[in-house]
Amino acid sequence: MQKLIVIGNGMAGMRAVEEILKRDANQFKITVFGAEPYGNYNRIMLSPVLSGEKTFEEIMINTPEWYAENDITLHVNAEVTEIDRENKIVKSANGIEESYDKLLIATGSEPFIIPVPGKDLDGVISFRDMNDIAAMEDAISKYENAVVIGGGLLGLEAAYGLQRRGMKATVIHLMDTLMERQLDPSAGALLKNELEGRGISVLTEANTKEIVGKDGRVTELHLADGRVIPADIVVMAVGIRPNVALAQASGLEVERGIVVNDQLLTSDEHIYSVGECVQHQGNVYGLVAPLYEMGKVLADHITGSDNAYQGSVTSTKLKVSGVDVFSAGDFSGGDDCEDVVLRDAARGIYKRVVLKDNKIQGAVLYGDTADGAWYFQMLKDEQDISDIRDLLIFGQAFASGGGASQDPIEAVAALPMDAEICGCNGVCKGDIVNAVNDKGLTTLDEVKAHTKASASCGTCAGLVENVLKATLGDAYSEVTVKPMCGCTEHTHDEVRAAIVEQELKTIPDVYQALEWKTPNGCSSCRPAMNYYLLCAWPGEYQDDTQSRFINERAHANIQKDGTYSVVPRMWGGLTNPKELRAIADAAEKFNVKTVKVTGGQRIDLFGIKKEDLPEIWADLNAAGMVSGHAYGKSLRTVKTCVGKEWCRFGTQMSMDLGVKLEKMAWGSYMPHKFKMAVSGCPRNCAEATIKDFGVICVDSGYQLSVAGNGGIHVRANDDLCLVKTEEEVLEYAGAYIQLYREEARYLERTAPWIERVGLEYVKSIVVDDEARRKELYARFTHSQSFWQDDPWAKAVNEEEAGAEFKPLAVMTAQAAE
Amino acid sequence: MSNWIEVGQVNDIPKLGARVVKSLRGDIAVFRTADDEIFAIVDECPHSGGPLSQGIVHGKAVACPLHNWNIDLETGDVLDPDHGCTRVIEVAITDGLIRIFVEAEATGTHG
Ligand SMILES: Cc1cc2nc3c(=O)[nH]c(=O)nc-3n(C[C@H](O)[C@H](O)[C@H](O)COP(=O)(O)OP(=O)(O)OC[C@H]3O[C@@H](n4cnc5c(N)ncnc54)[C@H](O)[C@@H]3O)c2cc1C
Ligand code: SF4
Ligand code: FES
Repeated sequence: MQKLIVIGNGMAGMRAVEEILKRDANQFKITVFGAEPYGNYNRIMLSPVLSGEKTFEEIMINTPEWYAENDITLHVNAEVTEIDRENKIVKSANGIEESYDKLLIATGSEPFIIPVPGKDLDGVISFRDMNDIAAMEDAISKYENAVVIGGGLLGLEAAYGLQRRGMKATVIHLMDTLMERQLDPSAGALLKNELEGRGISVLTEANTKEIVGKDGRVTELHLADGRVIPADIVVMAVGIRPNVALAQASGLEVERGIVVNDQLLTSDEHIYSVGECVQHQGNVYGLVAPLYEMGKVLADHITGSDNAYQGSVTSTKLKVSGVDVFSAGDFSGGDDCEDVVLRDAARGIYKRVVLKDNKIQGAVLYGDTADGAWYFQMLKDEQDISDIRDLLIFGQAFASGGGASQDPIEAVAALPMDAEICGCNGVCKGDIVNAVNDKGLTTLDEVKAHTKASASCGTCAGLVENVLKATLGDAYSEVTVKPMCGCTEHTHDEVRAAIVEQELKTIPDVYQALEWKTPNGCSSCRPAMNYYLLCAWPGEYQDDTQSRFINERAHANIQKDGTYSVVPRMWGGLTNPKELRAIADAAEKFNVKTVKVTGGQRIDLFGIKKEDLPEIWADLNAAGMVSGHAYGKSLRTVKTCVGKEWCRFGTQMSMDLGVKLEKMAWGSYMPHKFKMAVSGCPRNCAEATIKDFGVICVDSGYQLSVAGNGGIHVRANDDLCLVKTEEEVLEYAGAYIQLYREEARYLERTAPWIERVGLEYVKSIVVDDEARRKELYARFTHSQSFWQDDPWAKAVNEEEAGAEFKPLAVMTAQAAE
Repeated sequence: MSNWIEVGQVNDIPKLGARVVKSLRGDIAVFRTADDEIFAIVDECPHSGGPLSQGIVHGKAVACPLHNWNIDLETGDVLDPDHGCTRVIEVAITDGLIRIFVEAEATGTHG
């Protein structure tokens, strides 16, 4: 097997790898170096992440599992600093060296920072990667004024995002028209109006002179004409430059970008390059569609077949919700060009098509972009439009003879099979129709998974869905996210969000606010709701016992014959003769049918009548034992091995640590049951690797892992991280539990939760973000202050709770025969 | 022989909850809805005998604590998608006092 190394874990590099794997998965042993700390994500979607319309985990393209499944070695946080072309070795800043047979450089580009005074102040950032988003999020939570320099695609998306999240955003643009490279002045003016209508200030012909700060952080921006704009954060979005430093230092031919030929080979026949860092026939690109085309050609060539890259024509859309802008090709005009314009100010629609020799040179659509794909296809095909010229500007439905049909599905049905639907990924209508028919696809997500259509910027999702509808006809049924239960249209996530955002504090409040269809819910939504409220408002929310399952209401497990079983807590699986004696006495006194040692290292007593529960608890309490919550959606057990205390292999005090973990977490209610374990060494006698939270002690500290399950679907834990001290184990465990408590859906265990949200997401918060970890831990501790009292002792003492266990009445013989 | 028997006060039962009345023929579950309506049915789920008194009450139904079948408190019928029924016991309320009607030849469940 040949060795292929990829430098740059971004959109172009990983797409090229996907294309190579599609052609031949066994030709290369692939190693990827990425300077960022994640798997690869959809950079385009940083805009919706900023505006809060998507979460980071929703935009991951390939997770670490994907790299593992495809046997790709991924070095994250590993910036390559040297290419030794003579010996074919690359070296990274963190000291990794690997040799290659073929090398692929996909280092993307760097944001351009205008060299004004003050550019290095804190709060002056670019808009390129997750770090920038984190900096913006930080500003959103603390400050008010955001200034974005640059009124192009990126700048407007940044301003929109910041404004939507509650900052006051001002766009500073040097030219007199927004997006002057894509839009003409008329469309630019419409766009400016629209944005100003949304509260974003737009200053055109505005030249930044200086950024001014106080104590090292930006406070103001000064324009050349003397205007001063308050600024707590300045986002520079004025352009990008191919990232060529590494290639240059390695002696490759570099002009504006890394020079490549039609096979994407650089001046070194062993080194390819794709993406924004590349220069092909004098052109460099800043959109994904061309980069993906490059990836295909590269994959063909490297796996031994013929293909040539011939440059790309690009089209763009603005990803600001509710603002439809489409632009393609060249519309700078000129003497031999004709302009066809449709302007409908009342409807906010502007369309312009530029023609030359009866062929489309460029198109700008504002307000109604449905025909964008159609114009763009004709542009790329250099199609002669003389036949439909007089109808052209009214769009496809008119021009193709369909009359005044406005039905978007009919319009899609009328498209030829080779019409491009998804520009980013170059997917034609025919590709989608075939995939739908051959593979029996029925949902947008499936189409996305199988064809990649709408998998990048997502603006074509509506079009893709229409292709799906047109193909399936009546067989298409709208798919919506599953509601919480039959009582509502809302999903679990929506209900949770509403509880927090609208500060709903009782179950009836939630029903009222979310227009529940039933008067008091059902056995499925009420326990979930009770939990969500209890988690959101610790100490404030009045627990509703009638919304809990009998197990939690009676603090014991109901069994098949209607009797109960009780499990006293044995911290860390430890007990002593006094406790054992108390258990034996209780078993005898209450006529316990079965005494069972559980899988979680405790003792379960079966066959107890409901009315005897308070009494047996009182006896166990008297011996110092408390409820083990074996019945609860809560912390169950912390299993331990004997560890360093006794075992000759043990590296740390696993029993002790297990007890500490249990003392920290007992009593906390969670979306589902939760189990932990601590093993004293990698022999793992406590089976810590199939638990919700597992600790394996090693010489250098504690290996933490999460989301295992020994149940129906056995799942081994995913590694979280290695920590040095017991204090850290507790903090990480607490933070992880709280994240699970706050974000998982009721009755969702940690394993399916992590598979849904992605391990990387959990890591990015619990491991990488110290501040958020500490916040979560603090919230957990706060919530625990209300729940760490023994429900058994409480029920024994409280008259009212005790009544639950007594019959309402006992009828004597008079009522019977 | 049959009888109206006093079993307790409405307020002895929590809203959306139930209490048990022990009889020689077996347990009877007495439910209280959110609107303070009182229903009584034999405390045995037609599925496999689960104690209905221990279930979650919603609307005029109870969800069995064992396998979550839902039983209509007014009719004793099992709600879709499952089938069966539990015997309903007549209830009368006067001034917050609950009385239930017990027939001598009462049987447990049918359905
Ligand atoms: C906010 C935003 C919105 C966008 N919206 C759109 C859109 O709507 N439509 C569209 O078509 N395009 C859009 N783009 C542009 C698109 O994201 C880029 O064209 C695309 O990501 C470029 O891919 P690439 O692989 O060349 O570079 P990147 O995706 O930037 O990947 C390069 C990677 O290489 C890594 N790297 C660099 N040097 C090294 C080194 N020495 N060693 C190891 N790793 C290294 C970098 O850390 C980076 O992760 C947008 C971009 C941004 C930032
Ligand atoms: S896991 Fe290691 S330390 Fe613990 S009992 Fe087993 S061998 Fe000993
Ligand atoms: S016993 Fe009631 S549902 Fe099974």
